[in-house]
Amino acid sequence: MNIIVCIKRVPATDSKIKVGADGRSIDPAGVDFVLNPYDEFAVEQALKTKEQLGAGQVTVVSLGSADAQKELRSCLAMGADAAVLLDDGGKPRDAHATASAVAAWLRTVPHDVVFCGKQAVDHDDSQFAGRLAALLGVPSVTEVVALELSDGTFRAERDIEGAREVVRCGTPCVISTQKGLNEPRSATLKGIMAAKKKPLETVAADVPAPGVEVVSLELPPERKEGRILGSVDELIAALRTEAKVL
Amino acid sequence: MSQFKAADFYQIDDLFTEEERMVRDTVRDWVTDNFLPVVEEHNRAGTFPMELVPALGELGVFGANLEGYGCAGMSSTANGLICQELERGDSGLRSFVSVQGSLCMFPIHSYGTEEQKQKWLPGMAAGKLIGCFGLTEADFGSNPSGMLTRIEDKGDHYLLNGSKYWITNGCIADLAIVSAKLDGVVRMIVVEKGTPGFSTNTIKNKFSLRASVTSELVFEDCKVPKENLLPGIEGLKGPLSCLNSARFGIAFGAVGAAMAVYDEALRYSQNRIMFDKPIGRFQLVQNKLVWMVNEITKGQLLAWRMGQLKDSDRLHHTHVSLAKRNNCWMALECCRLARDVLGANGITDEYQTMRHMCNLESVITYEGTHDIHGLIVGREITGLDAIM
Repeated sequence: MNIIVCIKRVPATDSKIKVGADGRSIDPAGVDFVLNPYDEFAVEQALKTKEQLGAGQVTVVSLGSADAQKELRSCLAMGADAAVLLDDGGKPRDAHATASAVAAWLRTVPHDVVFCGKQAVDHDDSQFAGRLAALLGVPSVTEVVALELSDGTFRAERDIEGAREVVRCGTPCVISTQKGLNEPRSATLKGIMAAKKKPLETVAADVPAPGVEVVSLELPPERKEGRILGSVDELIAALRTEAKVL
Repeated sequence: MSQFKAADFYQIDDLFTEEERMVRDTVRDWVTDNFLPVVEEHNRAGTFPMELVPALGELGVFGANLEGYGCAGMSSTANGLICQELERGDSGLRSFVSVQGSLCMFPIHSYGTEEQKQKWLPGMAAGKLIGCFGLTEADFGSNPSGMLTRIEDKGDHYLLNGSKYWITNGCIADLAIVSAKLDGVVRMIVVEKGTPGFSTNTIKNKFSLRASVTSELVFEDCKVPKENLLPGIEGLKGPLSCLNSARFGIAFGAVGAAMAVYDEALRYSQNRIMFDKPIGRFQLVQNKLVWMVNEITKGQLLAWRMGQLKDSDRLHHTHVSLAKRNNCWMALECCRLARDVLGANGITDEYQTMRHMCNLESVITYEGTHDIHGLIVGREITGLDAIM
């Protein structure tokens, strides 16, 4: 089985973000970048699927700049067989452009299943899996929390409002992974050494013009310092006259 | 507590390869997730977390710079960074790994026969066999050549008599690499647990390296098979080469301990309010923090350069002496300053600083004391020997 995992390099969630000089993107200086946490579940699921089958090839792919080679290498260290960097040439992208570029590349390689995180924690679009499946004309199952494969068919479980939904899906398909699906493995030192010898190919991506443009990026206003009041009367007065909620 | 933030004031990160950074980050995360939650309880109880040894083996930290036999085959610099991250957790953890890799696997790998390598190295790399290293004796620390432990050739076997002291992992080891004199010449011999005449005692009531096992090894007419002698080396240079490899790791490791306490003191200074201000607002506190980051930066650069020299085969043992001496000293000073910043809170084990401080009293002493390393460097620059 040819298993593809789409991954993204994102700022670590505990990074202190500053808006860049253009007012539309973040300033990368001093920011730690990591593999998107939801993509870790996708990589783990791909590796587990290959292990279950006892055969197959896991290829990780990321659309972005050469910086993403670090995250691709870390997936190779976890156990993926090959990696592809789709070089976006620094072009602006929206979710459609991203999915289109990846779909264009996927049409050139054999693939039975594509795993990806349910969302990237930078832009939080949650659009990629659905758009990719639509462009490829294949089914997609999103936010999967349990997955089994037998006789070439996936049985997936999803948490929906107040219930657990179970769906079946054949291949090829796109599956997006949710927290709880598995426990992503860590790279081992031998895995890191082995990763050096695995192929990491760079391919120029075909990125269409985006339909959505980021106009500005603003940080939320800083929270005001709290204040301790001396009595309930003072609190009520403040709620009336300052907060004007009473 | 929020995530540890590693001091990197001089963008020293850029000096390491991507692979070295990946190794470091992998071990850093492992220590955060698996070791830090249990270290204080083991430190209180005076025990080593043996339950983590299989995971350490799987991670690949044992003999990580050795080639083959299940070892990861990494650069020396990567191995140093592993030590840095382990000692960021606790000097006892780094000691465990240093003893296993540098003091036990390294001599088998360098001086052992193919049979000896096959017999012990894969199990040791996986953490299934634990090693200890017996060089120091109760009365022979800085002067190991005076050792009293003897090997006698009895024809079809060797007879070992004597004792070793201050031996990390002694009581929990499956095999001991023992230095002893055979016809007046220091040799290294492997003694397996359970060999008749070999016993161990735990050294109790330590203030330092509490999360690490320290022991005495006793050999009374201990019959050791002839095939257990490491044939590839004679003389004190055998054990000293092991120490040199371990000291390399210590020079990196001490930086890790210093980074841990600096991070703790820095955070505390930003959050602890006194006179209605965070104490980091006060000049005396800032001066302490600046001293720490200043010395840590120098220590990081020394360690990095030492790694470069080793990986290009230009490292002299006096380089290691200088780095081990400087970095242990600066880490201990950082602990003392950090404890000061933490005020009274710093004396409890809710904070890690005093644990690191107590540990470093051992680290600055073992594998060549601060003063002995000073004299080694002194001999190198003057050409005059002040040690003996």
